[in-house]
Amino acid sequence: MQRRSRWAGGLLALVLVWAALSGCASSAAGDEPGTTARAIQNKGSDTLVNVALAWAEAYREVAPDVAIAVTGGGSGTGIASLINGTVDIANASRDINPDEIAAARASGIEPVEFAVAIDALAVIVHHDNPVDRLTLPQLADIYTRRITNWKDVGGHDAPIVLVSRESNSGTHVYFLEEVVRLGDPDNRDIFAAQTLMMPSSVGITSEVSRNVNAIGYDGLGYVTEEEKILAIARDDASPYVLPSIETAADGSYPLARFLYMITAGEPQGVIADYIDWILGPEGQAIVADLGFVPIGEG
Amino acid sequence: MNLTQFAKERYAEAAVRARPAGNRIRQRWTEFLVEGMIQLSGVSTIVIVALIFLFLLREGLPTFLDIPLRQLFGGRWYPIEGLYGLWPLIVGSLIVTVGAVVIAVPRGLTTAIYLGEIAPPWQREILKPLIEVLAGIPSIVLGFLGWVALAPIVQSLGAPTGLTALTGSLILAYMALPTIISISEDALYAVPKEYRDGALAIGATQWQTIWRVVLPAARSGLAMAIMLGIGRAIGETMAVMMVTGNAAFVPELGLDMPLSPVRTMTATIAAEMGEVAQGSQHYSVLFGIGIVLFVITFAINMLAGRLVGVTVRRKGGSV
Repeated sequence: MQRRSRWAGGLLALVLVWAALSGCASSAAGDEPGTTARAIQNKGSDTLVNVALAWAEAYREVAPDVAIAVTGGGSGTGIASLINGTVDIANASRDINPDEIAAARASGIEPVEFAVAIDALAVIVHHDNPVDRLTLPQLADIYTRRITNWKDVGGHDAPIVLVSRESNSGTHVYFLEEVVRLGDPDNRDIFAAQTLMMPSSVGITSEVSRNVNAIGYDGLGYVTEEEKILAIARDDASPYVLPSIETAADGSYPLARFLYMITAGEPQGVIADYIDWILGPEGQAIVADLGFVPIGEG
Repeated sequence: MNLTQFAKERYAEAAVRARPAGNRIRQRWTEFLVEGMIQLSGVSTIVIVALIFLFLLREGLPTFLDIPLRQLFGGRWYPIEGLYGLWPLIVGSLIVTVGAVVIAVPRGLTTAIYLGEIAPPWQREILKPLIEVLAGIPSIVLGFLGWVALAPIVQSLGAPTGLTALTGSLILAYMALPTIISISEDALYAVPKEYRDGALAIGATQWQTIWRVVLPAARSGLAMAIMLGIGRAIGETMAVMMVTGNAAFVPELGLDMPLSPVRTMTATIAAEMGEVAQGSQHYSVLFGIGIVLFVITFAINMLAGRLVGVTVRRKGGSV
């Protein structure tokens, strides 16, 4: 029996906090008065998973009787789990889409979205690749294979190897809408079939760091020294901007997006407390520590 | 009634007479119980297989009714846009599996022949356990090895990326090798020693004996070994997902086909099963892929059965 893998980024990260006094925690996020131990199941976006883990860990200090289990797997996975009723909070690096809202309502759930952080999406290549800047239309042409050779965008005469996350990733969907389709809702372009689909963030960074012809994209927080980050311009007339907390916050970097937590209905009890805390100064300080942009500054 | 049978019956009678009646009843009871349990476990396997198949059909059949066949066997797999072309996935699985078979079968058979016919006993004793160790390596470990170590080597062969069908085939070949080796070795072992002695006695060399006598005699067993090896390869998921790049496109026909990335059916199910809402179209298509996979595996097994059957009849019914 094989389960889907989320090596590294999604490696089933679990944070369990047991209340000292009560022997066992109820696994449902029930907020019946009188119980001392509660568990929150939190699953979804691999982009958000490290922040979510840090939140869960820090929240142990605030409310020692609340157990929070954090798992990655991708935004689509998290939202599907919320709809199927197996998690309390879904993490997503994209908006919940109309199909998912319909599916949720069909199973009696009204999803509520909270923007909890801002992320800049970095476009990365190998350090030996001479290209260091691209425009969004160029990126769209590259990912639909209207441009197939690096020499057409100022690089060597070599084929471009496209690297992407799997389609269950919110990052994938964001890139599809904002880059491949250039934000145009009527544009039905999709990724070229030759695009390598990586099941994790680490898959992308490792392929880009060892393949001189590869191009990939990933959340800024996941890019390492091993890859080169490209400066991106909205179009030919706009300035090229490198992603950073500042450029994402002031809106000058074109590929910045909100990261969300989604609950089933208006949050109640411990879940509401937790989300309030995340949106408060303590939670947002953790966002900044991990290389993402806090809400309220952007 | 021959002599052994006669002796056995006398012995059983004596044994029964020697015991008190209570014991005899208990014996009958345990017999009944054990028999029932064995029967139950035998039948339950069949029932479970039937249930799995029914479940697959129930969840996956809507695929073949709802989606026009032209699209289903079309060239594009992109589920978030409702494009469910299975063709690239089927081709991907076939390329990886055929590659694995081409690599593993000659190596597996020659290793088995060496072990069974040529190697001195002390070498056998060292090599056999080592091959079994190879069988014990979890597939995810082999996949990780392929991803870290093998992919850069494949890329240096001139592929645009190291994550290719060939990388997957190599990993799968090593996964299927222990199965192929140990089953074909058993098949060779089952060939009566008299065959070899006879061949050598009329002046055949060792090679002639192996090629002309032992291998044909063990043919059905060898075919079984190969088929089980293929079964292992086509169903493998995790390792393949890590090293084949998962790009759902059909590479151009040619010798460099193995050097292009592919997406297999198993990897698609594994990568996407977690994201789908139960009962959605995407969900049933994933089960549809399961049906296709099931049918292919079933066909391979049937074919294997046929091949084995044919050889048996030709040899006059003794294997």
